[in-house]
Amino acid sequence: MEIKCEVPGNDFDRAGEASASIKKALQRLGVPADIVRRVAIGTYEGEMNALIHAGGGVIKAEITSNLTIITVKDKGPGIADVQQAMKEGFSTAPDYVRAMGFGAGMGLPNMMKCSDKFSINTVVNKGTKITMRFEHK
Amino acid sequence: MKVSQIVKNLQLTKVTSREDLEREITGGYTSDLLSNVMGQAKAGMIWVTMQGHHNIAAIGALIGLAAIIVAGGTKIEEDTIIRADENELPIFTTNMSSYEVTGKLYALGITNQQ
Repeated sequence: MEIKCEVPGNDFDRAGEASASIKKALQRLGVPADIVRRVAIGTYEGEMNALIHAGGGVIKAEITSNLTIITVKDKGPGIADVQQAMKEGFSTAPDYVRAMGFGAGMGLPNMMKCSDKFSINTVVNKGTKITMRFEHK
Repeated sequence: MKVSQIVKNLQLTKVTSREDLEREITGGYTSDLLSNVMGQAKAGMIWVTMQGHHNIAAIGALIGLAAIIVAGGTKIEEDTIIRADENELPIFTTNMSSYEVTGKLYALGITNQQ
């Protein structure tokens, strides 16, 4: 099964919709609750990153009986220093975003922690693609 | 301890209208950093925050929280209530500070030690 969701740029009113619909699909398919929870966390972080930093993007969920792969793709500014971006606490989010409690510099580390396999492909001025793999075990 | 018992003990104001107040609370978490809550809070927990915007409802629903307490007299956006009701997630408000609410929850036995 494949689900594709558009993430609107800077639209905090619709934030979390993509993650919620992917979570619901996994629940309907009977994926174990702790896996659903981890997918939901990773997808939400990816969704918020695309929304805040990249003017939106596309989230794709590929779901099989024993595996979920989440891809978050955007055409944003890219990440110049991935190592720095992966450090907890590092963020380039603007102040109004931080005032809402986002931009704490935990998004990418959270995505890495909650997934079984995490990869990031990014090119400055072209965009970023994040892939998270979750085994249904 | 059930959500309803906490409401009574802490004299919280309920702002949502469709929710399960008989759910057992498994622990608590206090933070205003949303990614921190996403990463640390577990399903069934009660979350204390000073954020009142509707993204708290999205997070509460995604991680399956039992309830959210918005502390410090923070005003709640109407949209937050609509989204929480859609997900049957109870939200309460109080003029007590996050510190006070957390202390009272802890004293009631919500300590995260399971």
